Amino acid sequence: MRIPCPLCGERALEEFTYLGDATVKRPAAEETDPKAWYDFVYLRDNPRGPHRELWHHLHGCRAWLEVERDTLTHEVFDSRLARERGTEAK
Amino acid sequence: MAADAVAGLANQAIVTDGMRYSLFNLIGQTMRGHRGWPRAWRDPDPKAGYDVVIVGAGGHGLATAYYLAKEHGITNVAVLEKGYLGGGNVGRNTTIVRSNYELPGNEPFYEHSLKLWEGLSQDINYNVMFSQRGVLNLAHSDGQVDAFARRGNGMRLHGADAVLLTREEVRERVPALDLDNARFPVRGGLLQPRAGTARHDAVAWGLARAADSLGVDIIQNCEVTGIARENGRVTGVETTRGHIKAGKVGLAVAGHTTKLAEMAGLRLPVESHLLQAFVTEAIKPMVDQVVTFAAGHFYISQSDHGGLVFGSSLDGYNSYAARGNMPAVEHTIEAAMSLMPSVGRLRLLRHWGGVMDMSMDGSPIISKTPVEGLYLNGGWCYGGFKATPGSGWCFAHTIARDEPHALNAPLSLERFESGHLLDEESTGPFPNTH
Repeated sequence: MRIPCPLCGERALEEFTYLGDATVKRPAAEETDPKAWYDFVYLRDNPRGPHRELWHHLHGCRAWLEVERDTLTHEVFDSRLARERGTEAK
Repeated sequence: MAADAVAGLANQAIVTDGMRYSLFNLIGQTMRGHRGWPRAWRDPDPKAGYDVVIVGAGGHGLATAYYLAKEHGITNVAVLEKGYLGGGNVGRNTTIVRSNYELPGNEPFYEHSLKLWEGLSQDINYNVMFSQRGVLNLAHSDGQVDAFARRGNGMRLHGADAVLLTREEVRERVPALDLDNARFPVRGGLLQPRAGTARHDAVAWGLARAADSLGVDIIQNCEVTGIARENGRVTGVETTRGHIKAGKVGLAVAGHTTKLAEMAGLRLPVESHLLQAFVTEAIKPMVDQVVTFAAGHFYISQSDHGGLVFGSSLDGYNSYAARGNMPAVEHTIEAAMSLMPSVGRLRLLRHWGGVMDMSMDGSPIISKTPVEGLYLNGGWCYGGFKATPGSGWCFAHTIARDEPHALNAPLSLERFESGHLLDEESTGPFPNTH
């Protein structure tokens, strides 16, 4: 599995570390409903197929990336800088 | 023609005659050229309905069905399997059995499971080749020795066994180790003498035979495609072999737990991850125990056939692929070489990947769910095999009584919401770090 970094090009898996599901949304800081925090911290869709996830190009340019990857085949469809995410509805 | 005859035989619903395996029977069958052995279990068609349907004919599902029948007298039970019996993680693990946990919510459960292992072959009249060869965790620093002393004391307080070994005692037991690795020298170890390994396929087959002989229907090639509910209560399952009514449904499908739970509208604190394992060519006896190298999650043992069986950390990203990538392979081989440089002369014989149900705190779930009549057994991370009998025993209790046993009450699904986490490694809600 190789991951295309928008800044460095396609790089080996060893250069990256994994954070997890990129679709979970952190509740606003003033959110007091424990359910909302439980959802954010613990619950995941865990799809068998395309999955949007956060990777860190730690041993490269150190950019955070949002990658779309198939969890069944390990095919990587798309990768972009995490700071540019949220430009379309998800 | 011979193949046709075998297929014909498999299609008939031959009833096993409940034969007990014994030396006497073995001698009798030997005299008759081994032509009189009955089938080990039936191959029934599904009935219209059951009191309890268990999804997943792996170790945990079969153990659950066995203990439902044996301990609770519930025999109108089906175990549904989408592939073949024992074809999932019970046939894809490194066969280690131990109870060396630290937390009060985990250790009594695993110790109960270890006690069940100690009598399992006799109990189910099937040799699961449980070998109490000991599990030795190596410590690489004074701090780690102290932590192991604490863990060992915790284990002993819960009635398990634990012995703290000095560096010299480790050397005597495992001469093949390099104790003077520059980065991770061995300072000592924690040994659990009663821990060991078991023959994983035999566990699945033995539990299947025992459950079947008590009247449980094991239905293979029967994939569950939906969970039927009415007014928030489970009424049955949709399968590739038709609708099957059920009073209660238990899920024991670790690796794919979230997919099944989704059919009942549940989201879970579980991610599916990838773990690889390796077997070398067979050699003469070299490693008499299970040895773990705490610096790299690495563990190694030697099968009765002679191959070294080893593995280490997860690949680290969500995956259902059941095959891994090279960085985890390299990491594992590097750990093997650091610990036992002599293994560099060996060739790998097999290497495979499995799908792990990684829970958010690294501990399993045996629990009721918000859906009435639906019970959950999952989140086994990469430690499900050792728990097989204990998990089935506790899950059967939870299903039969509609409440958890004291041993699995801490393993509830609600613990994530209520904050009663069982995070042995204190790494937080990141499944790839457990």
